[in-house]
Amino acid sequence: MIKNILNLGDAALYCDFGKEVNRETNTQVIRYFKSIQRENITSINNLSPSYNKLIISFDLKKTNFKDLKKIIENLNITNEDDLKNKQIEVPVCCDENFALDIVRLEKKLNLKREKIYENFFSKEFFCYMTGFIAGMPFLGDLSENMRAKRLETPRVKVPKGSVALTEQFANIYTFESPGGWNVIGNSPLRIFDNSKETNPNLINPGDIVLFKEISKKQYENYNE
Amino acid sequence: MKIIMSKNYFQVIRAGINTTFQDEGRKNLYHVGIPFSGAMDKRNYLLSNKLVGNKINSPSLEFAYQGPLLKYFGNKINIAITGDVNFKIKKKDITIDGNCYQSLNLENGDEVDILSTNKSVYGYLAIGGQIDLKYQWSSCSTNTKAIIGANDGKKFENEQVINISKLNNYLVEKKLNYLNTKIENIRIIKGTNFDYFSDKGKKIFLEKEFIVSKLTDRMGMRLEGPKIENIIDTNIKSEGLIKGVIQVPADGNPIVMLSDHGTIGGYPKIGVVISADYDKLVQLSPGSKIKFKQVDLSSAENLFKLYDLETQNLISQIE
Repeated sequence: MIKNILNLGDAALYCDFGKEVNRETNTQVIRYFKSIQRENITSINNLSPSYNKLIISFDLKKTNFKDLKKIIENLNITNEDDLKNKQIEVPVCCDENFALDIVRLEKKLNLKREKIYENFFSKEFFCYMTGFIAGMPFLGDLSENMRAKRLETPRVKVPKGSVALTEQFANIYTFESPGGWNVIGNSPLRIFDNSKETNPNLINPGDIVLFKEISKKQYENYNE
Repeated sequence: MKIIMSKNYFQVIRAGINTTFQDEGRKNLYHVGIPFSGAMDKRNYLLSNKLVGNKINSPSLEFAYQGPLLKYFGNKINIAITGDVNFKIKKKDITIDGNCYQSLNLENGDEVDILSTNKSVYGYLAIGGQIDLKYQWSSCSTNTKAIIGANDGKKFENEQVINISKLNNYLVEKKLNYLNTKIENIRIIKGTNFDYFSDKGKKIFLEKEFIVSKLTDRMGMRLEGPKIENIIDTNIKSEGLIKGVIQVPADGNPIVMLSDHGTIGGYPKIGVVISADYDKLVQLSPGSKIKFKQVDLSSAENLFKLYDLETQNLISQIE
């Protein structure tokens, strides 16, 4: 449930679902997100679900904070079958040329790379949110011994397709972009497809993601 | 690249620094990771369209600092430039200094040379007619970072063309008396992490002057000045962003999110620029001074009503 609704500036509601980042809290966020989406409230411009927050930005010409807050507080939030998670397998090639930060991670985590990959590929990930850049999925959770901080100096350009880790999360760079996550491989899978009008994202909040290791050859021959 | 030209078109002789197609932007895609985009200075964008008799939300050309040099080929066409812009119209035997907020007709072979924006950043060129553009998620706004929108998601390049699929019949030259006023005081509402900062830090934020740095584009505006001290945590759990949010990362220098911002961020939010001041904010060029002034929510809402009323007034003066 929403613990508190504040204003973020004069044209957004900042809904707080509690301090903790876990699936339970995030599932609540996603439920609200989907329920509000279904309502098709024309004064709403955008919904930004994240780990434990939901930001609702609106058109100040059509409504205001007080009125929209009332609507959101009185909404019927469904928790039906709409959260049936999709399962997606993401191929990753961990060739040295792709695994830009594996040496750094070995040191930081004090784990051999074989062990890092074993942990990574045996994990089932949950998609908490998408964004930052178009389609980028924020996936969790890595076990305690796999959690490293961001690079001290972020890269100016992280290659497209990079699969990277930081703290309890993994993500996939859907575009070449600046970024500070630890890159351990690269996926040939198209995660964001801008030719799809209805849903350009392959991975959406609530989905389950499994990574599967592929060889350099399989990577090169990969046809979507 | 194969260039297909229609009967009426502009040849881009010089692209300019950052020229893109923009309209009102695209909604309901933050959760996918796609920002709003759209014209940075909305009022000037709307006025440009009105001056040439277009639908008010039609795509127009947005340029920054130095604009494009365009040569026109085709039947008589109406154009208008808004903002604070220095430009020239080159006709067969004469070059005329252009006036903003005044539509004019171009004939076959005429050139529009947009030299610079004066002590501001963005200007708009509206073309009286329908530009042949691709829409993506009901907007043609170009977002060069996500490579989406018109012009294959790219900024203008030399030698490309702008095809006009339909000309407006309406060729009356119209004029509006309007001057862009500059402001140094940008009004803000306290952000959701305002209390992450020390009393001294808060005071600095609300009382001291900051300078707009060169690291400023359609995504964000980085400011320099006295450092704002954080006493809680320089990171928050990543969460959504909206335009106008002022984040303060560990180095203590504020960053204001602008129309093409990343949709998720993990730095504390010290404030949010009020909607009424956004158009003025984006026009502050690198080197400009900026001071933040705190207002409450109801004042911000009233200020927006005034801003909107003024915009509607200006639009209705162009008839």
